[in-house]
Amino acid sequence: MYAQMIKTARSGIKPREEMSDQERDFQDKIDRDIKIEPRDWMPDDYRATLIRQIGQHAHSEVVGQLPEGNWVTRAPTLERKAILLAKVQDEAGHGLYLYSAAETLGESRDELIRLLHEGRMKYSSIFNYPTLNWADIGGVGWLIDGAAIVNQVALQRTSYGPYSRAMVRICKEESFHARQGYDAIMKMAFGTPEQKAMAQSAVNRLWFPAIMMFGPSDAESTHSEQSMAWKIKVKSNDELRQQFIDQTVPQIEYLGLDLPDPSLEWNDETGHYDYADPDWTEFFDVIKGNGPCNVDRLQNRVKAWEDGAWVRDGLMAHARKKAAAKVAAE
Amino acid sequence: MKNEWPLWEIFIRGQHGLSHRHVGSLHAPDAELAIKNARDVYTRRNEGVSIWAVEAVHVAASSPSDKGPYYEPSESKVYRHPTFFDIPDEVGSM
Repeated sequence: MYAQMIKTARSGIKPREEMSDQERDFQDKIDRDIKIEPRDWMPDDYRATLIRQIGQHAHSEVVGQLPEGNWVTRAPTLERKAILLAKVQDEAGHGLYLYSAAETLGESRDELIRLLHEGRMKYSSIFNYPTLNWADIGGVGWLIDGAAIVNQVALQRTSYGPYSRAMVRICKEESFHARQGYDAIMKMAFGTPEQKAMAQSAVNRLWFPAIMMFGPSDAESTHSEQSMAWKIKVKSNDELRQQFIDQTVPQIEYLGLDLPDPSLEWNDETGHYDYADPDWTEFFDVIKGNGPCNVDRLQNRVKAWEDGAWVRDGLMAHARKKAAAKVAAE
Repeated sequence: MKNEWPLWEIFIRGQHGLSHRHVGSLHAPDAELAIKNARDVYTRRNEGVSIWAVEAVHVAASSPSDKGPYYEPSESKVYRHPTFFDIPDEVGSM
């Protein structure tokens, strides 16, 4: 999802008899759905895994602004432009909520940003795909944020208090993102044949990258077990993916667009849609840095950070000078 | 010198005359910008009519290990609640 392939520091779940008293108390709290708060005792691996997951989630929100920023000056109407700006602004806020949650674990925002810029942390694979036409912007809101919502709604129940509270806030705003995206796509799907073709092209290109967002299938997801036991992760990759597909197929049908995967079919027995797996080789390749936009995205992030350094430093110098003058005056 | 902007805790008073409530944190070089940033991040959808910003290092917090001694004693003091007392129906509402 916005956090993919998060490595837990150990594989498999620590058996109860190997736990210290502190670890047992900690696990009992989690099992009773009592939230873990910043100053509570927690195992080092729990803290480290959370920092990785929340950090990657935060990076995804921030890098996620780039594919959309591409269209701010090209939006078809002033209203669409204002809506898109509001959405991009929300993503910056989401990044902030998440960095703040990570900071309660003792990792500073600047440090997380440094790790991202050095290529030692990742963001979601989805943002390494380009937004080629205006319908892609509708598609990003509806499909990408739609997929994010499925994950984030589940994460509202995550065991770490600050992370869970950030999710509650984010979910409220994501709902605006998904709806404005679907609204934009509807206009095109019900518009001229050219517009409809653009909408179809966006759905075709975004579908598989969107369902890849949930990460590899459960069978291959080796790091999930301990994260599930700690309720850092609440639902499995496949469960979330299925939920997203089940809710999205009728939305595509309503638009009168062709399904992007010919094997999508309702299965009466399972009560779910059957679907074809995305090309996981492509997924791992994008994660490794070989997606269509990986280099661009990171370069733009680093450039923005470096170009903004004089502003950050200048404001800090001003604040220190003002504080010193105030002390002198007293 | 380390130039990371300090962390501020943000409190917002909602529309309906309630107390300021903690909504989250942000980074800012000083109080003035903390309030401006809070306005941009935390009041974009009519969430509030007033902002407090407190630098996070100035927040004093109780320790999790105080939980027992601090909060358990009140569990046995049920007489502090109005429902502890039975008032006869004839007396009317009280």
